[in-house]
Amino acid sequence: MDFLNAIVALLNFVVIPATAYGAQLALGALGVTLIYGILRFSNFAHGDTMALGTGFVILFTWWFQSMGLHFGPLPTALLALPFGIAVTAAFVLLTDRVVYRFYRKQKAAPVILVIVAMGVMFVMNGLTRFLIGVDEIRFDDGARFLITANDFKAATGLAEGLAFRSTQALTIATAVVVVAALFWFLNRTRTGKSMRAFSDNEDLALLSGINPEKVVAVTWIISAGLAVIAGTLYGLDKSFKAFNYFQLLLPIFASAIVGGLGNPLGAIAGGFLIAFSEVGFTYAWKKVATYVLPESLAPDGLAQLLSTDYKFAVSFAILIVVLLFKPTGLFKGKAV
Amino acid sequence: MTRSDNPYRDDRGNKDRSITKAGGGTIDNPEGGGSALPAPGGPFLAAEGMTGGYGAADILHDCTLTVEKGQIAVIVGPNGAGKSTAMKAVFGMLRLRGGHVRLDGEDITHLSPQDRVAKGMGFVPQTNNVFPSMSVEENLEMGAFLRRDDFRATMEQVFDLFPILKDKRRQPAGELSGGQRQQVAVGRALMTQPKLLMLDEPTAGVSPIVMDELFDRIIEVARTGISILMVEQNARQALEIADKGYVLVQGANRYTDTGAALLADPDVRRTFLGG
Ligand SMILES: Nc1ncnc2c1ncn2[C@@H]1O[C@H](COP(=O)(O)OP(=O)(O)OP(=O)(O)O)[C@@H](O)[C@H]1O
Ligand SMILES: [Mg+2]
Repeated sequence: MDFLNAIVALLNFVVIPATAYGAQLALGALGVTLIYGILRFSNFAHGDTMALGTGFVILFTWWFQSMGLHFGPLPTALLALPFGIAVTAAFVLLTDRVVYRFYRKQKAAPVILVIVAMGVMFVMNGLTRFLIGVDEIRFDDGARFLITANDFKAATGLAEGLAFRSTQALTIATAVVVVAALFWFLNRTRTGKSMRAFSDNEDLALLSGINPEKVVAVTWIISAGLAVIAGTLYGLDKSFKAFNYFQLLLPIFASAIVGGLGNPLGAIAGGFLIAFSEVGFTYAWKKVATYVLPESLAPDGLAQLLSTDYKFAVSFAILIVVLLFKPTGLFKGKAV
Repeated sequence: MTRSDNPYRDDRGNKDRSITKAGGGTIDNPEGGGSALPAPGGPFLAAEGMTGGYGAADILHDCTLTVEKGQIAVIVGPNGAGKSTAMKAVFGMLRLRGGHVRLDGEDITHLSPQDRVAKGMGFVPQTNNVFPSMSVEENLEMGAFLRRDDFRATMEQVFDLFPILKDKRRQPAGELSGGQRQQVAVGRALMTQPKLLMLDEPTAGVSPIVMDELFDRIIEVARTGISILMVEQNARQALEIADKGYVLVQGANRYTDTGAALLADPDVRRTFLGG
């Protein structure tokens, strides 16, 4: 019985939250890795694209709610998501038109584009705050839980409860669908293959008649889509706060780099690795330990390796270790 | 690499691959922006008086290359003579200061490389001529990118020409041997059903047996009516199959004649064919 309780506690406090968080990171890292693979630079504006896009989604959500539009048990934000993606994609394409395109025409060194992306990041940063403010916003509605802790306890008779929030389920389900669609697109469609070709060998892509401007545009649209989906899921799961997305940049890049930049599969694996490490290091293991260990061995303290305030240190440490010992990432990336 | 005069291209020594990916495009003239003008008469391909280079200094000096329909023209010359540069110029991959390129009765001097593909030109560059992470089949598909019709028959023709590619169709092109990779590269260029096939050292780095094999295949392709413009290191063998030969030195035409005549010319033999 104690063992079951330990497993339930583990699921409840580590596995489920980390899986949901990992899915959000994976989606974010996929956007970063696509831009890296195809446009050849690290897009530091990705976190703020997530924030801005989620901002648009929240505005649409409020508008829909004010019209009395709801999505049954699902959050209204899901209805607003396609509109948020459309607006964000348009915004990102506009950015490409007025900013990045100039540097592309100049055939600027990619490192210059990194700096340019940082400039774009600051502008987006400010825009998001103009648009929706700096406060914390909760915009989830619909059913809160698939399984509540009390229901679970009543049904199983265990001392530990297991709560499965609907936003977590939604996050995982959406991530699976989006990732499957993305891989299908990249591996099966003409446009997707042309993007991979462009990533492999730009000159030869040109010599095959592939239009680089179209590849770039499609890449921006997809990465904007991924950013808005990741941002919205994160916002639904936790809450929306513009600054949080800026901070998310670190674990997202850590995920992409750990998995191997430019490698979509790696981005997904990296996302979950970072999420599980972060949650694992900052979780107080006392509860689980008391269930499985004999009383004499039970920890006195919380058995928490790091305070949650330091959670970003975990991604940072993993990032450094990977860059030191396996700079191409765990999966074969395009880096180095 | 020469340092470019464009400050945006100066990475100031930053080679950090965790924030940037190397190996971007190098084609200087991807836009083109012009249209083809009718220019009837003359050989099938006539690239005449080409002058230009990558930056301020000219590499090509009044260089002329022509190919007749269904014939094989071969460019030979020492390393750094500008053979690849001449090929790129014919394909619109660099800005020419002078000269013009005519194909099949049209002046295509101001067309982008993509537009030249659409006009029936296929190019196999000297290096980086496959998509390494994509399968052999996908490489061929990308060759047919501009085609909206059913290209499976063409792919079968390529597989007939290079049977090994059929066995390796699911394998990433980057994992193939040098000779197999060249076959993929030629196959990719054939997928557009070009009227002119341009090959830059197709036999570089392959074994002598594979080289003979490739030459045979190239003759086979020419027999189907496709004109071929080819750069070759193996000058002797290449001139043997050439209807027309060009010896390029320092970006200018030094000798121009039929392949057989060049092989017989004592000057050419002594200086370029090693006796
Ligand atoms: N991308 C480039 N930018 C600047 N200069 C270049 C570039 N590519 C080639 N060059 C220069 O142009 C000249 C001609 O080079 P090219 O590659 O055309 O010679 P090649 O005849 O093909 O030689 P090889 O037999 O080695 O292939 C050389 O001096 C080379 O340094
Ligand atoms: Mg060359």
